[in-house]
Amino acid sequence: MAKTKVKSKARAEGELGWKELEIGCFITEPGNSSQFKTGDWRSRRPVLDLSKCNKCTLCYYYCPEGCIAKTPEGYFQADLFYCKGCGICATECPKDAITMVEEEK
Amino acid sequence: MAKRVGLEVSIALADAVKLANADVVAAYPITPQTHIVEHLAELVANGELKASYIPVESEHSAMSACLGASAVGARTFTATASQGLELMHEVLYVASALRLPIVMAVANRALSAPISIWSDHSDVMAVRDTGWIQIFVENGQEAVDNVICGFHIGEDIRVLLPVMIHLDGFSLTHVIEPVILPEQSEVDRFLPLFKYPLPLDPGKPVTMGAFGPPFIYTEVKWAQEVNLEAAKEVILECWQKFGKTFGRHYSPVESYHSEGAKVLLMTMGSLSETAMVAVDKMRGEGKDVGLLKLRLWRPFPFAEFRQAVKDAEVLIVLDRALSFGGPGGPVCSEVKAALYHEAKKPKVIGFIGGLGGRDISMSGFEEMVNQGIEIAQTGSEREFEIFGVRE
Repeated sequence: MAKTKVKSKARAEGELGWKELEIGCFITEPGNSSQFKTGDWRSRRPVLDLSKCNKCTLCYYYCPEGCIAKTPEGYFQADLFYCKGCGICATECPKDAITMVEEEK
Repeated sequence: MAKRVGLEVSIALADAVKLANADVVAAYPITPQTHIVEHLAELVANGELKASYIPVESEHSAMSACLGASAVGARTFTATASQGLELMHEVLYVASALRLPIVMAVANRALSAPISIWSDHSDVMAVRDTGWIQIFVENGQEAVDNVICGFHIGEDIRVLLPVMIHLDGFSLTHVIEPVILPEQSEVDRFLPLFKYPLPLDPGKPVTMGAFGPPFIYTEVKWAQEVNLEAAKEVILECWQKFGKTFGRHYSPVESYHSEGAKVLLMTMGSLSETAMVAVDKMRGEGKDVGLLKLRLWRPFPFAEFRQAVKDAEVLIVLDRALSFGGPGGPVCSEVKAALYHEAKKPKVIGFIGGLGGRDISMSGFEEMVNQGIEIAQTGSEREFEIFGVRE
């Protein structure tokens, strides 16, 4: 049966039971896709060699997930909560500063 | 006081949509639904119905436009038939899953090929599992009443589901019948204003139809199923309220001389009226025959159906659609499934007939009943019988 109550913050995977869903599974809190972990799709992760990086920003612009951000030191690092491991940053890096490393258990 | 007038059923149905004060009508014309949407276009154009009429380029667009309209909280109506219903097929699932209470009249018509503009239920059966509430009517008055009830039921906060009103093409849509159109004030009192609880609103945004990964999809579908099943109580409540207000009563499985009858005939839609006359004649001749008319197709009224057939020995089910390569007619196979676990149940004999507008006359129903009784005694090697086919 329908519920009119607006749900509080969306929760992580596996927690919502069918009775807790909003009408039609609507999302009532804008921007909650930021809570959706896509990092667990990854089989390889980007590792940055700081000695080679010249902070050119290309990896930042090429990342299709938009998960690369500037660190306080001015380098660019992928947020592994979102990084899907596509390797585009490593391919585009003109200094070969990014290596894709197999994820291990 | 509302007067009884002679009206083409399509026109009366469109007038019922006007009485319900629909806000948006988005439709694409198709035989035999055309007069319904033409008359609605007329009512909007001449200012009698203050609604937006969206003429679209296809039925797929018609249903898509209805989604958007209903999602902002507009009372939304459309109508279609046959190929048009199939063209909007994928969008039908979205309407029910997003819980949008669109009301749609379906002027039941056969599917191609060969091209047939005449009535049967093959279009209905192809959309059986789309999650809509589905109500069959058998005359013009029932069409008018159930369009009004359709909005009442669908928009109920406990339901919020789209509703199809099935009326047989031509034998209803194009026939002039005596119809009582309720007064506007009566409908206004009966039908509450539509207030969608979570409409699309830039001031308070919501996302409808977002990505549903494996971790949530099953929960969403189960919630939908529980919701549709629970809608039956609200449907009963609405029909009761309608009966009290207007004096015309509806129920999920309607019976005609069926109490205690050993042989029951079961029909759906406009042929039920011919079947009633046939039952009268057979009873007059001393045959113990009654009739059940299935009004509520979805959610299927299991309890009411089992109660209605509990004393019968033979149940003869007429389907106006064929499930190719399957168990015969969709209604009959569901009826059999509903009875499988019952300790005491009638023998169920399924007939397919009335395809593509083929009429079944009074004597046709008599023949069907006689054949059914005989098969119940002798048995048959076939899963179902095809009625009136030429060798």
